[in-house]
Amino acid sequence: MTRMTRASSRRLLALVALAAAAIAVPFVLRALGLDFYLGLASRIVVFAIAATSLNLVLGYAGLVSFGHAAFFGLGAYVTAILITEGVQSGPVHLVATVAVAALAALVIGAISLRTRGVYFIMITLAFAQMLFYLANSVKGYGGDEGLNIRARSLFSLGERVLDLKDPFALYYVALAVLAVSLGALARFAPSPFGRAVLAMRDDDVRAEALGFPTYRYKLLVFVVAGALGGVAGALSVNLQGYVSPNAMHWTQSGTLMVMVILGGVATVWGGAIGALALLVVEEALSSWTEHAEFWTGFVLLAVVLFARQGLVGLWTAPPRSRRR
Amino acid sequence: MPSLLVVEQALNGLQFGLMLFLLAAGLTLVFGVMDMINLAHGSLYMVGAFLAAWLVGLTGSFTLGVVGAVALTFAFGMALEAGLLRTLYARDHLSQVLATFALILILNDGTRMVFGNDLPLSAPAALAGPVELLPGLQYPAYRLLILGVGLALAVLLWLLVQKTRLGALVRAGASNRTMATAMGTDIPRLFTIVFGIGAALCAVAGALLGPLLAVQVGMGENILILAFVVIVIGGIGSIRGALVGAILVGAVDTLGRTLLQHVLREFLPPQWASAAGPAFASIAVYVFMAIVLAVRPQGLFPARG
Repeated sequence: MTRMTRASSRRLLALVALAAAAIAVPFVLRALGLDFYLGLASRIVVFAIAATSLNLVLGYAGLVSFGHAAFFGLGAYVTAILITEGVQSGPVHLVATVAVAALAALVIGAISLRTRGVYFIMITLAFAQMLFYLANSVKGYGGDEGLNIRARSLFSLGERVLDLKDPFALYYVALAVLAVSLGALARFAPSPFGRAVLAMRDDDVRAEALGFPTYRYKLLVFVVAGALGGVAGALSVNLQGYVSPNAMHWTQSGTLMVMVILGGVATVWGGAIGALALLVVEEALSSWTEHAEFWTGFVLLAVVLFARQGLVGLWTAPPRSRRR
Repeated sequence: MPSLLVVEQALNGLQFGLMLFLLAAGLTLVFGVMDMINLAHGSLYMVGAFLAAWLVGLTGSFTLGVVGAVALTFAFGMALEAGLLRTLYARDHLSQVLATFALILILNDGTRMVFGNDLPLSAPAALAGPVELLPGLQYPAYRLLILGVGLALAVLLWLLVQKTRLGALVRAGASNRTMATAMGTDIPRLFTIVFGIGAALCAVAGALLGPLLAVQVGMGENILILAFVVIVIGGIGSIRGALVGAILVGAVDTLGRTLLQHVLREFLPPQWASAAGPAFASIAVYVFMAIVLAVRPQGLFPARG
């Protein structure tokens, strides 16, 4: 056992405080009569999961996937279609979502990973657009108008039933998924597998020469990220009660990328911080101006020009001497 | 009867392809020479369309409105390049994605502030009717105008790139930027002009397609992705590739849309076929891109030797 250093105990304290704050959010909002904002809080958590899953591919594996919304949308559609067909069991939704999203990621990844650079960006984008148009064409499940669901996922815990229609339940389930994802991501980077993936990102050829099965490793990362993106989508449809093809549109993939870059590429917290920052800025701006998008754009531009490592970089980057 | 339909759809496909080319020409140069992903290129198309609709309403003349819009978008493009995009050339692709995505938000909402969510723009009255091209084949006169302008601009652009000094410098930059700089080319200044021309071409496409599609906020988003598909198929940085790619994509999209619908009607209920036809045509474009990349990973006409 190593002795705990002061820095790591401070980290642990901050983590506990953060977890306590996240757990307290619904109660604080209710006490303040701001129940309306619980929906926003849940949306932030759902997008934090989606952005974190993208960060695994984009940041850690260095694969600029421009079609991550495809998995998010697939998860949302799988769950929505099951509910429409009368299947309400949450575990079934979860298994089906993970299976479909992972299978899609396996097929898309197996083809896309044969290309690199700009072509990888365009191929992943192309696959997402195909699914977008496919969703548009399936008239039986809403077509371009989208699909409304009446019920939500149900999880039975012994005697009690957890219905994701309950905003508290949804928030805590999403928060638990996010916590597990962040924990897994934090353990991933220092693990042998994580180090191999980082080595592949930095020098693909050398990693391959050292004997790492780079293609298989990348595919595994792509599939895991796709499955997690699907889970975020399934939570999102439970939150909104609605899914439309726009969930897979390229601007949605772009938004997820923006969250990751905004928060911090290849950092554990990057996706979550980016989702939080983007959604809070949008919400705050839209409460005082009709043109929130306009000002959000300027905030993002400022981040590109002045916070080069993303928001996480603002406090984790070592202090650098001022440039001349 | 079906053969006339095919001719008509082939003309529509060519017309759409030429408009795609106008968008792709600027995009492929910025991507090929500066290695810059500009997601906001579609926004220039939107800005051009809105300026045209506004000026046509103001002056009462379609020609005057379109020419004015093209000139204004040219200036706007150069200002945008010199003021912001230039600082992004040296950054990685992710920063470029974030910045130009931000630019889409700003330009979309900015356009909404100035002009509202959409503007009416109709074809000039003189070109409203159809023209009989072949016995039994009526074709809208306005679409013929688009075809003519598109072909003329394609030729003009080819002359500009192949036969002028500016074009030679651009080609040099596309095949090896460092070498071109070493030989004394002022690439940054050259690129402000090139970007302006690319923006102006976007405005032409936006203004001409405005009466056929709709002049509305967000019109640039979908066509931008098609333009990216075009330049990937054609080979990034190659004007010739952009032209061939655009015409191929226009043909696949337009022909797929109508012919697939005919085929689907055979074994699907009509309302399903009418929804699935366009979707499968759009999918066909991406399948086509995947096939081209599988056979020629650098696109049809790679700019870099």
